[in-house]
Amino acid sequence: MPDPFIQVEGLYKVFGARPQSVMDQVRGGKSKDNILAETSHAIGLRNINLSIDKGGIFVIMGLSGSGKSTLIRHFNRLIDPTEGRIVIDGVDVLALTQKDLEKFRRHKMSMVFQQFGLMPHKTVIENIAYGLSIQGVNKKSRVEKARHWLEAVELGGYEDQYPIQLSGGQQQRVGLARALCTDADILLMDEPFSALDPLIRSEMQGQLIRLQEKLQKTIIFITHDLDEALLLGSRIAILKDGELIQEGEPKDIMLNPIDDYVAAFVKNVKRANFSAS
Amino acid sequence: MADSSWLTKFPVMERTDLLAIRKTLDEAYREFSRSYGDPIESFFDPLLRFLVWFEKLLLNSPWWAVIIALTVLVYFASRSWKQCLGVIAALMLIGYFGMWDNTMRTLSIITVCTLLSIFIGIPIGITMARSDKVQAVVTPTLDIMQTMPAFVYLIPVVMLLGIGKVPGVIAVVIYAVPPVIRLTNLGIRLVEKEVVEAATAFGANSWQRLWDVQLPLAMPTIMAGINQTIMMALAMVVIASMIGVKGLGQPVLKSITNQYFTLGLFNGLAIVALAIIFDRVSQAYARRAHRHLERIESA
Repeated sequence: MPDPFIQVEGLYKVFGARPQSVMDQVRGGKSKDNILAETSHAIGLRNINLSIDKGGIFVIMGLSGSGKSTLIRHFNRLIDPTEGRIVIDGVDVLALTQKDLEKFRRHKMSMVFQQFGLMPHKTVIENIAYGLSIQGVNKKSRVEKARHWLEAVELGGYEDQYPIQLSGGQQQRVGLARALCTDADILLMDEPFSALDPLIRSEMQGQLIRLQEKLQKTIIFITHDLDEALLLGSRIAILKDGELIQEGEPKDIMLNPIDDYVAAFVKNVKRANFSAS
Repeated sequence: MADSSWLTKFPVMERTDLLAIRKTLDEAYREFSRSYGDPIESFFDPLLRFLVWFEKLLLNSPWWAVIIALTVLVYFASRSWKQCLGVIAALMLIGYFGMWDNTMRTLSIITVCTLLSIFIGIPIGITMARSDKVQAVVTPTLDIMQTMPAFVYLIPVVMLLGIGKVPGVIAVVIYAVPPVIRLTNLGIRLVEKEVVEAATAFGANSWQRLWDVQLPLAMPTIMAGINQTIMMALAMVVIASMIGVKGLGQPVLKSITNQYFTLGLFNGLAIVALAIIFDRVSQAYARRAHRHLERIESA
């Protein structure tokens, strides 16, 4: 069997002054609250194991505080783990030197943020071309490429506006175009649509699906909304208190929720679908 | 029974001990300035040469050339004709009341002090923003620099370098540099976390992050710091005149000792006029450079 495209093994993240000192207790299965009360260390992630195949949208779902934003920041090492292993396309990400890590971030993966993370002092076209400017691509070809992605997210004509002049949905489309502009294989999306109002959100979901049909990227998508997870996800992983509690295809999750926590999510969706039909 | 006078009288150190401490410290510092005063002074020689050159430039140029040059600078900073007219009027009045030379001297020393404060302050502020440890050391140091009465640190500077321009500049810079350090640090720390994360996620190294994202976004705050630094430098000019810095401060000092009310007032007003020019221009520049951070209608 070939190795999966992205492999996460035994990933732990503990926040605090001396994380190593509490690792034994964390591995021993002591609860998050107890460890926090006794040692003032917070568990971000506990023993995460994931295999993600190439292509498709892998959704990581959980409520706030479940560690999903922490987890996605491990793939490009915006956060370093306390323990564990991450291998992406044969590269051991944690073994990379600072220089190699920068190179890896420039070419291998890009990211979309919940609050968009656009640079307010750059125009729309400069924002989209940002990744390429970091790579050192010359101005003419990066603007040309950025313009292509600007059209792809249907924002033609907004080149020279500043982010503050755009609506939330438009800003996130700039965020998406910026992420696509570097041609990275992997797209990390940290609750990209959560800050948008419902109509815009479903429009953006539709746009992402259409783009993904063409591009076939490997997308890791964070959300707290099971509807969104079911709509977009080819696989879904559910996170609770820093632990992975269920992982599978959307229909597995719907049909066989592993515990009450997942069941509660599923019930809400069923009710919503029922009342809609 | 034991002597209980300490209950009513504060237990003071022996006079002789106190004297000994003062003597030793003074002696040590004097020794230090005797042996290192000359090399330190020659270290500041380029600064002195620049100061003299710049002052001469302002003093020897014809007055109308200085006014034109300043007006052009003000126009480029503010793009406002009103401010330009204000500057011309203020400088004409200053000249008419016979304070032109002193104003030029003050203008020269303030410009040099401001530039020095920026060159020293911004790198320190950046270092502070990058490390909590550095911040923990620098912040209390700045607190001390700002609360220590300015006269007190004139003493060691004068002991070391004598009186004159360079010790004056050093005293002014010590007094005026804290705001630019503090606000550089604050400005960088206030840059939205997700924006910095985004830069990192796209592979920016720390230099690219600083240059392309953090500094431009911190610039309005840094400009506010520079503005405060200029104001503090102007305030310090009067005090620095006590150690031989020529300019508008000296007539003010003379007025205090001789009770010349009008002379003091006129020179004081000239300092105020300089302050207003510097303040308006630096603020107008800051606003103009960062219009896009505010919501504006597309033109």
